[in-house]
Amino acid sequence: MNNSLWSDALYRLSRNRAAMFGGFILILLIICAALAPWIAPYSYSYQNLSLGASPPSADHLLGTDVLGRDLLSRILYGARISLLVGFVATGVALIIGVSWGIIAGYIGGRVDSIMMRIVDILYGLPFIIFIILLMVIFGRNLWLLFGAIGAVEWLTMARIVRGQVIGLKNQEFVMAAKAMGVSNISMFRRHLLPNILGPIAVYATLTIPQVMLLEGFLSFLGLGIQPPMSSWGTLIKDGVESMEEFSWLLIYPGITFTITLFALNFFGDGLRDALDPKTSDN
Amino acid sequence: MIAIFFRRILVAIPVLLAVASITFFLIKIAPGGPFDADKAVSPQVLKNLNEAYNLDASNWEQYVDYMSGLLRGDLGPSFRFPGRSVTEMIATGLPVTFELAFYAILIALVMGIFSGVLAALKRNTFLDFIPMAVAMIGICVPTFLMGPLLVLIFGINLEILPVSGWGQLPGDKILPSLTLGFAYAAYIARLSRGGMLEVLNQDFIRTARAKGLTERMVVIKHAMQGGLIPVVSFLGPAIAGLLAGSFVVETIFQIPGLGRFYVEAAFNRDYTMILGTTIFFSAMIVFFNLMSDLAALWLNPRSRDAS
Repeated sequence: MNNSLWSDALYRLSRNRAAMFGGFILILLIICAALAPWIAPYSYSYQNLSLGASPPSADHLLGTDVLGRDLLSRILYGARISLLVGFVATGVALIIGVSWGIIAGYIGGRVDSIMMRIVDILYGLPFIIFIILLMVIFGRNLWLLFGAIGAVEWLTMARIVRGQVIGLKNQEFVMAAKAMGVSNISMFRRHLLPNILGPIAVYATLTIPQVMLLEGFLSFLGLGIQPPMSSWGTLIKDGVESMEEFSWLLIYPGITFTITLFALNFFGDGLRDALDPKTSDN
Repeated sequence: MIAIFFRRILVAIPVLLAVASITFFLIKIAPGGPFDADKAVSPQVLKNLNEAYNLDASNWEQYVDYMSGLLRGDLGPSFRFPGRSVTEMIATGLPVTFELAFYAILIALVMGIFSGVLAALKRNTFLDFIPMAVAMIGICVPTFLMGPLLVLIFGINLEILPVSGWGQLPGDKILPSLTLGFAYAAYIARLSRGGMLEVLNQDFIRTARAKGLTERMVVIKHAMQGGLIPVVSFLGPAIAGLLAGSFVVETIFQIPGLGRFYVEAAFNRDYTMILGTTIFFSAMIVFFNLMSDLAALWLNPRSRDAS
């Protein structure tokens, strides 16, 4: 089904240098994160206390932290957590948002207006505070963090999907399918979902950096990932604590985090332009 | 307009009451009492503490008590700071946070609108590319990284600005305000560029030019009014973001504001303080969202007439 849309989009995407560069960096990062136990020069918890914080050298390419732990290794292991949070929490947001949006848009009427009213109301609430609240009450647990962040980020997704579904609902092929007695489930799977995949993909790509920012924010405040695990947020937090003497401890994790966010944003923007040339700037 | 305002207020009140109730019961199911962390409290002392803080009453009684206090603006005593009420602590922290947020939003608006409008007018020139590249940096460098980097550069290496504090040393408000404002300047720059580009292609702009208005008049009087509506709608959600940003900025720069109180309360498990500030923040954000929606409605003549 609409193969030409995707191949056109792929072509346009491949012509967008910033997006391709972003995609390349992302793939590289994902590979590094997946292979961290094999390519990291040291274990993330290996301490060399006699070394202490040392600037970058041949043994430790990015230097070591105050406990003598290799910074490069810690950044590589941190990538696992940071990217995992980014993808899993976005996945949670996707599942909730897409189901919510499809149901509201497809059923319509009262159900739709009540469901979207709920979204409107939730939009207006300070969700970061509720995440902090949940972390305080239920302890700082990695899976809770995924769920809590995902539960916050689905609202926009629900709105986008609902809009798309309403647009599709009145088209002939959907009506034809309905007339032929297609069940609701296969209607979603065969007819609705494939047609809204584009906007979903775009928004998901742009949600990942937001989720990673949120995780970094919580970890920075000490309310996210707990030691001995480390994400880029906790590395930045540690770096800030000793930046006066050992500035590399802040700078390298910071650069890694920023480059990743850049890559995700460029790739997401490129994907949007590729899938929907109308909204693109040129 | 007025009808919309009242309808929204009518929705907001039950929402806030629901938030308060949910938060209250969430905190009740939190494991551990507020005094568990203190070492070796004798049973008698614990009993007295529970009595003093009304913790021996049933949950339902406590809830009714709390909600009726809430309606009178009384958020109860702090669990961690004996003798201080939550209302009092919010009242101390709020002016500081407001001042910080005010400077930040001022910086964001001035920097963002100026560069965004300029970028739209000089589209596809260096005056477009450079501000938009800087804006991309502003969006991608999180506040919790931007703050420390600014401190490292201006506070530690160049030694021209204080590294922390609020109102104690000359210039110590500059770095926190910049840190908080920069990300929003970036968003506002992108929004105003997009909004302006859309408006500049419309007929009424051509009419304005055709009747011989100066370019400055066309931009300021005609284009900006429509082109900046996205910025106005953004301001409500931005306040919510600023609040979260204030947690980070106040922690980095050791500013005694509401954001830092909240983070400390979260660490100390100061349940009443968490409860009170959560309700207060929610009320504030609901209010600012309402204001920015109304302002955007009012700026857009079509929806102004429709309502």
